[in-house]
Amino acid sequence: MSISDHQQSELERLTKILREAHDVQGVSLWADGWKRLKRNRAAMTSLWILGVIVTLALLTPMLPLQSPIFQDVKNRELLPPQWDSFSLDIQIYDEETAGLEEQLLKVQGQDEEEYAQLSSLIEAREETHPIKLYWNSPGVLVTWMIQIRMAIFGDYCIPSIFGTDKLGRDVLSRVFWGSRVSLACGFIATFVSLIIGVSYGAISGYLGGRVDNIMMRIVDVFYSIPFIFIVIFIMSFLSSPGIREPLSENGIKQIHVFFLLIGAIYWLTMARVVRGQVISLKNEQFIEAARTIGATRMQIVFRHLVPNVMGIVIVYLTLTIPAVIRFEAFLSFLGLGVNAPDISWGLLVNEGVQVITIVKSYWWMIAFSGMALAMTLFALNFLGDGVRDALDPKLKNK
Amino acid sequence: MQVLTFLLKRFGWMIVTVWIVFTVSFFLMRQIPGGPFNGERVLSEAVRARLEARYNLDAPISEQYFTHLWNTVQLDFGPSFKMQDFTVNEVLAQGFPVSAALGILGMVFAISIGMTSGVVSAVRRNSAYDYSFMLLATLGIAIPNFVLAALLIVIFVFNLQLFPAAGWGDISQIILPAFCLGAPFAGYIARLTRTGMLEVLGNDYIRTAYAKGLSPRTVVLKHGLRGALLPVVSYLGPAIAGILTGSLVLERIFVIPGMGSHFIEAAIQRDYTLAMGALLTYTVLLFVMNTLVDLAYSIIDPRVHLE
Repeated sequence: MSISDHQQSELERLTKILREAHDVQGVSLWADGWKRLKRNRAAMTSLWILGVIVTLALLTPMLPLQSPIFQDVKNRELLPPQWDSFSLDIQIYDEETAGLEEQLLKVQGQDEEEYAQLSSLIEAREETHPIKLYWNSPGVLVTWMIQIRMAIFGDYCIPSIFGTDKLGRDVLSRVFWGSRVSLACGFIATFVSLIIGVSYGAISGYLGGRVDNIMMRIVDVFYSIPFIFIVIFIMSFLSSPGIREPLSENGIKQIHVFFLLIGAIYWLTMARVVRGQVISLKNEQFIEAARTIGATRMQIVFRHLVPNVMGIVIVYLTLTIPAVIRFEAFLSFLGLGVNAPDISWGLLVNEGVQVITIVKSYWWMIAFSGMALAMTLFALNFLGDGVRDALDPKLKNK
Repeated sequence: MQVLTFLLKRFGWMIVTVWIVFTVSFFLMRQIPGGPFNGERVLSEAVRARLEARYNLDAPISEQYFTHLWNTVQLDFGPSFKMQDFTVNEVLAQGFPVSAALGILGMVFAISIGMTSGVVSAVRRNSAYDYSFMLLATLGIAIPNFVLAALLIVIFVFNLQLFPAAGWGDISQIILPAFCLGAPFAGYIARLTRTGMLEVLGNDYIRTAYAKGLSPRTVVLKHGLRGALLPVVSYLGPAIAGILTGSLVLERIFVIPGMGSHFIEAAIQRDYTLAMGALLTYTVLLFVMNTLVDLAYSIIDPRVHLE
């Protein structure tokens, strides 16, 4: 029975191979990249710093900060950093309203005239509630967060440790509220550029031939157009009264168009890189297999090709986010980006530069917003370098 | 011959690009409801009619487009909307030399500081010099130039009183803005030079140069630097574009009467003819600069073919 012996040994050999294969853990690109990123101390520190900044920005309405827009020119103009305590007057207002409501209950069913008077008064007080005044009529979510803050901290506010500005507004809370716009701009605009760049590049690379040629020629022409100047040009149109008013009536703020514009100019490099990757992937067997089972072109591009180029896309994302945040700051600094009452870091630095005079330098107006901006960009740069090193295939397994 | 066809091809693409920019901005300009003259000031009917005739605004839009295009081809950008008694050409002609001087000095700062610190970092790899230079380079890249400018003004102008705050004409007035303009690019160039140098210094021919008894200085500066120059030169294209944008904001901070501050002023004041003239000038400038950089690249590295 030599054949059976032979079969036996073959079986043993195969089982052994199978067992060995079982012991070897496959390492995905992401797990591998994360392992390498964790070894990079500068990148991990940056990641932590960014985590803290983003968390603080998200939680800003719940922090015991002063109002970012409440003005008090008479008493608080351009105060240097200080520890004098400051509190809001919202609780008193709410207590007064509660008192009125008690009175309302008392007169209910007795004095119709006074009842109507009181209830309209209470309604009016809801309309002019200090939360609306101090935070520029916030949306539902932000109002809710501010109410939580009132429940926890009451009227207490962190003193103006970053000083106050020309109109007596608290710089600390302006830096915090500004971070929300600056970061949101970074993420939204980058997301827009991601969508455009990846779809454009993937479609161009997969279709190939003449379509690819034309699409890439368009990118070439766009590359040599100085888009920053064009965006400035467009922003100046958007700020003209004839354009701004109809837009804002439809609920479109200049800042929204601005997000889209920035996203729409930062997709070019992404498109090129994705196209290159797709071209090198599209003749692989798994694409052939997808085609055999009848996947449509769009399915192949977006279900099979795009997920495989995500590594390089992430690398470019980490480089795009700081570029976009910097560009937003740059335009807001020039007065062509975010407009009051919205706040962004670029706008704050601009306000700081404007109050520099020969007589006195109000350093706190520039130092803190500038530092917040620089620290975020610094951390994003380091993280971007780290991610590139971690996901770069050339460095794999080193 | 190859160079000539390259230049011709580039020129063709430049015409296409400038035409696209012109067309887009022309139609944007015409999209303003009520026309640009209905803005802040209410004009009498007679004056408005005269203005509209002057700018040919009552002609059909296609005719306006071609008139405007023809004027622009002849390099006549028309009168400024907001600055009375000035044509756009005059404003640009005044601003250009100022911006050019600032940009060139900024570039000189960027290249000299960047390359020196890059070479030192590469030669003294992992030393304190290396770490501090690279930290400074990353700082320079991360901090936006207007934040840097604001901080430097507070320190050097107000606290130390070394430089005047703003203005133009004196040599001491150009140093601070040019430094702020060049700083981010100095950072990039330092990092590129360092990487390039490290790659080159590991090559065999460097070992040969040492072996034949050359001094370290000659090896590094003569044999090493040439090889490390390539990535820096290829970065010059984006750097020039960045210098142009950077000068927009720095000219405003330091109140320098260059093309950048005119452009921003025009954008804010909605002086459309001036903004459009500056926009087209920037487009051409960028294109010419990029072409020059590509030419320089092919001269330094004979392996690069122009296309």
